Amino acid sequence: MNRLRVVVVDDEELARSLVREHLAAHPDVDVAAECANGLEAIEAVALHAPDLLFLDVQMPRLTGFETLELLDPRPAVVFVTAYDRHAVKAFEVNAVDYLLKPFSKARFDAALARARALLATGAKKPDPAALAAAARPEGVPLERIAVRDGTRVTLLPVETVEWVKAEDDYVLIRSGGRNHLKHQTLADLAAQLRATRFVRVHRSWVVNVARLASLEEGRTAVMADGERIPVSRSGAARLKELLPKG
Amino acid sequence: MHPILARRERLLAYLLAWVPLAAIQAYLLALPGSLSIGEAAALAAPLSLVYAFLCLSSFYACRSAPLTRSRTGSVLGVHVVGALIAASLLTLAGSTLASLLGSFPALSTLPERFGKAVPPLFVLGVLLYLLAVTFHYILLSLESSQAAERRAMEARVLAREAELEALKAQLNPHFLFNALNSVSALTTTAPARAREMCVLLSDFLRRSLASGERSLIPLREELVLVRQFLAVERVRYGRRLEVEEEVDESLLSTVVPPLLLQPLVENAVRHGIATLIEGGTVTLRVERAGDGVRVVIENPYDPETPAVAGSGLGLSIVRRRLAAAWGRAAEIDERGDGGRFSVVLVVPAVPAEGE
Repeated sequence: MNRLRVVVVDDEELARSLVREHLAAHPDVDVAAECANGLEAIEAVALHAPDLLFLDVQMPRLTGFETLELLDPRPAVVFVTAYDRHAVKAFEVNAVDYLLKPFSKARFDAALARARALLATGAKKPDPAALAAAARPEGVPLERIAVRDGTRVTLLPVETVEWVKAEDDYVLIRSGGRNHLKHQTLADLAAQLRATRFVRVHRSWVVNVARLASLEEGRTAVMADGERIPVSRSGAARLKELLPKG
Repeated sequence: MHPILARRERLLAYLLAWVPLAAIQAYLLALPGSLSIGEAAALAAPLSLVYAFLCLSSFYACRSAPLTRSRTGSVLGVHVVGALIAASLLTLAGSTLASLLGSFPALSTLPERFGKAVPPLFVLGVLLYLLAVTFHYILLSLESSQAAERRAMEARVLAREAELEALKAQLNPHFLFNALNSVSALTTTAPARAREMCVLLSDFLRRSLASGERSLIPLREELVLVRQFLAVERVRYGRRLEVEEEVDESLLSTVVPPLLLQPLVENAVRHGIATLIEGGTVTLRVERAGDGVRVVIENPYDPETPAVAGSGLGLSIVRRRLAAAWGRAAEIDERGDGGRFSVVLVVPAVPAEGE
């Protein structure tokens, strides 16, 4: 059997030691790293390319979900959380498994077995961005977008975002005069943004209405930073609903 | 709306009460001897019905001149004038009715004979009106005492509700499950510390439940609860959570609603310390502020972490509880800038009984 490389992420030392202790009972598992926050996790994953991640949801700076969106390469993930019904909801959609603190040894071993089975089949791992999107509480729009350049993480407040453009499996986010590339689909990101502020004007474009300078002939949106963005027929209709009348 | 006219059964009872009054009126009309008892009764019945409704109007006079807030002279003046007008209307109605009846040949002398019955009718009119005034004042005082009772009841319900919410927040699942997870982790690595943690957690829960049953507790006891809470959290957060206290010991006998400070300290940990990778220090100060006591809870936080939904709930509960206990005599103020958040409470210094 192949050895399993694991990274444990939790801001509480005791919680990490508990996971480590349970893992010690499995001789074919190597704990490659322990991380106290999402930033450390992003570095550790880039360095060790683990098979499996035990990830806490509530952590300082970056939440477990934000961390998940930025991981590269993407490991299988088991969430470990005290209580988060949104997380539970996300797992029902497509996660490997989740552990509710405190958990039993039997429950822990079952989660590990599930992850192992999934990795053995070589099945496509659940898309972390979609998972994170599904876990968001409904009706609560995103307030910031976590992006990564190498292992440097930047948190973009959504109000600074001018526009977002779809590029294959990635989105290009324009904010503060810079472009940021993120591994996420435009549909996933758009679904999390405040609908009264961000409008999908085109299949590949979302604009921040507050940064819109003018609308030329109803088919081109001119942004405050000068960017000219194509507007589809249905996109124009959506824009008109939001813009002040007259 | 007039309280009698508002409900059909009340109006019916009121009119029934006028039946004996109508009999007295008939008796008085016959008293001078100019009218037969039958004629007097025939006059008294419709007159009493009309007067019953006329007397209801004294309600508005009573309401505009409440006994508690008006001078006796003006109250008397208003009602004497009212009584004279009402009695005049009654005698006018009486003589009109008499002259109408006088058109029947058999009763042609009735209007003339009615003249003698006017003085007793007038006096009775005045007395009945004043009786109605008394009746309406009683009615009004009953209504106002009911309203006061309802207000007091509402205040009690509000206080209870706030307490319940505070207790529920107390036992929030994040706190409890995370603490139990710490116990679970310590069981094998440090059994003695695991046992210690069980005791800390039990002490805190026991005290929370017990203090929730009282309406006010000395600040000293609330601080014990706060320290127990922080002790549990320090096991969990380790070195990331430091606590600093500056407490004026002479103020510890002042009373506060139970579980007033604990939710604020919990916020300081959950929305402050927990958002920082390196953690930080929660500062708790109790100091004199004029005649009152000032409590300050201060903590660092990560300004880039969006406020979690529900973080304002703890504060709004505290605000409501302060208002329920002291009204405007208590103040609460919160401020967050430059990565430091502080809540400042000022409450009146009210020593606990026996201290």
